[in-house]
Amino acid sequence: MEVSETIAAREAEIVEAFALLDSWEEKYEYIIELGKQLPLLEEQYKLDENIIKGCQSTVWLVASYADEKVYFKADSDAVIVKGLVSLLIKVLSGLTPNEILQAQLGFLQEIGMMSHLAQTRSNGLRAMIQQMKHYALAFQSIHS
Amino acid sequence: METANQKIIPTFPIAEIRQHFPLLQRTIHNKPIVYLDNAATTQKPMEVIDALRDYYMRTNANIHRGIHTLAEEATAAYEATRSAVQGFIHSSFAEEIIFTRGTTESINLVANTWGKQNIQEGDEIIISEMEHHSNIVPWQLLCEEKKAVLKIIPINDDGELLMDVYQQLLSSKTKLVAVTYVSNSLGTINPIAKIISLAHNAGALVLVDGAQATVHLDIDVQKMDCDFYAFSGHKIYGPTGVGVLYGKKSLLEAMPVFMGGGEMIKEVSFAKTTYAELPYKYEAGTPNIADTVALKAAIDFMLEVDVAMIHQHENALLEYATEQMLEIPNLYIYGRAKHKTGVISFLVKNIHPQDMGVLLDNQAIAVRTGHHCTQPLMHRLGVPGTIRASFAVYNTMEEIDKLVSGIQKSVKMLL
Repeated sequence: MEVSETIAAREAEIVEAFALLDSWEEKYEYIIELGKQLPLLEEQYKLDENIIKGCQSTVWLVASYADEKVYFKADSDAVIVKGLVSLLIKVLSGLTPNEILQAQLGFLQEIGMMSHLAQTRSNGLRAMIQQMKHYALAFQSIHS
Repeated sequence: METANQKIIPTFPIAEIRQHFPLLQRTIHNKPIVYLDNAATTQKPMEVIDALRDYYMRTNANIHRGIHTLAEEATAAYEATRSAVQGFIHSSFAEEIIFTRGTTESINLVANTWGKQNIQEGDEIIISEMEHHSNIVPWQLLCEEKKAVLKIIPINDDGELLMDVYQQLLSSKTKLVAVTYVSNSLGTINPIAKIISLAHNAGALVLVDGAQATVHLDIDVQKMDCDFYAFSGHKIYGPTGVGVLYGKKSLLEAMPVFMGGGEMIKEVSFAKTTYAELPYKYEAGTPNIADTVALKAAIDFMLEVDVAMIHQHENALLEYATEQMLEIPNLYIYGRAKHKTGVISFLVKNIHPQDMGVLLDNQAIAVRTGHHCTQPLMHRLGVPGTIRASFAVYNTMEEIDKLVSGIQKSVKMLL
């Protein structure tokens, strides 16, 4: 399976940024900061149809398609989830559907955030990644 | 601020008690675990773990049928737990104790047997606004099927039942009142004796959800005069997968069977099957023998430590934690009932409970976040969920201090 060079570069950049952070506190402070910086989703998009519901926190995800690329915007009511969402968007937004479908997202493991994809976290992140890939698949079939 | 040391009950052998729980030696993220999710499940003392292992290593056999020595020993051990439970909750007869998988199954058993036989169109079942989903959904299903009506006792802002409204809800149409003794989300201790006597005056039966209460309060089903009482083994230091339904003998005898199969029959022919006596009538199939046997070790452990002392210790923890947590700016405690036990549910202004839970976990503090399977209650409180710290026999004042500083640290990181 061929991993897109763009994705590899984007993931490497994130892994490098995290390598500079020694303690769990620094890592989470960074994620919280990213969460706070993520441009808020305009209220008009916070519709039930855009909700990826975790058991505890909610993620809103909107996708659009332009120049053969998929663009994502997202938001969450929990700031740590929002920070992680922001990382996923940094990696996956603005790529071709095929690149998104091939993405393995190994960086989550490398930065020690894999546990957030565990089922017990109930934060909608796992479902969000699935939904991003579904969008990619949908755009691919519409435009191919 | 008061320090933890001033609050310790001098006679409570906390250090010794902690030695009984191997899991408490664990570290999470290289820090000693602070386990404050006891309302979800308690940790197990060595006695319970040993009983489980010993059962499989020395005794394992199927019960009630075999004539060989192992089968006799296994049966005796299984029935010894029934007697222990009888003593623990003070029921009149051992056969009033039915083993189930847990509180949820116990409640469903009543809904599917007594409920199906006795609830008719237009009848009313009363539950409360603070019930766990396990004590809501079985009654909703029953009401849908029978075209009966579910009525809800509301609560005040402190998380206490509105007893005057309850009295107004009771009528000759009321067939059953199903309420929790202690709220899993708020810790409220409901005035159960009064709830029961009012229901009985109206001619209704009462099922008490004892999932949270059994570990924190003295349970005497005869004094309480409840008709059914349900609880889980794993919330009283016992294994998962075993629970209890207590029912008054006359009721259990009159109720239809729940599941069909082995163990629960007297005689089977293709024309007609007759059923076994209590309690076996409700225990179809090979039961969860090992966990049931080990449940006795949990009860013995509680009795050995002294139930009254455990309660005193837990109340001291609750009182100290409440005092300390209220000193944290913008922290709000949900559930301020005059009578409460075991649980502190809280939120800090502008902080999502899940964010707090993640940061506490990184400090090795295990709490529960979310709706605690009480969505209607969360709706009433106007919050999507809370953070819940819940206490047990092995928790210490130092752990409360760690919780408080853990919350403060998390707030600093998040705001």
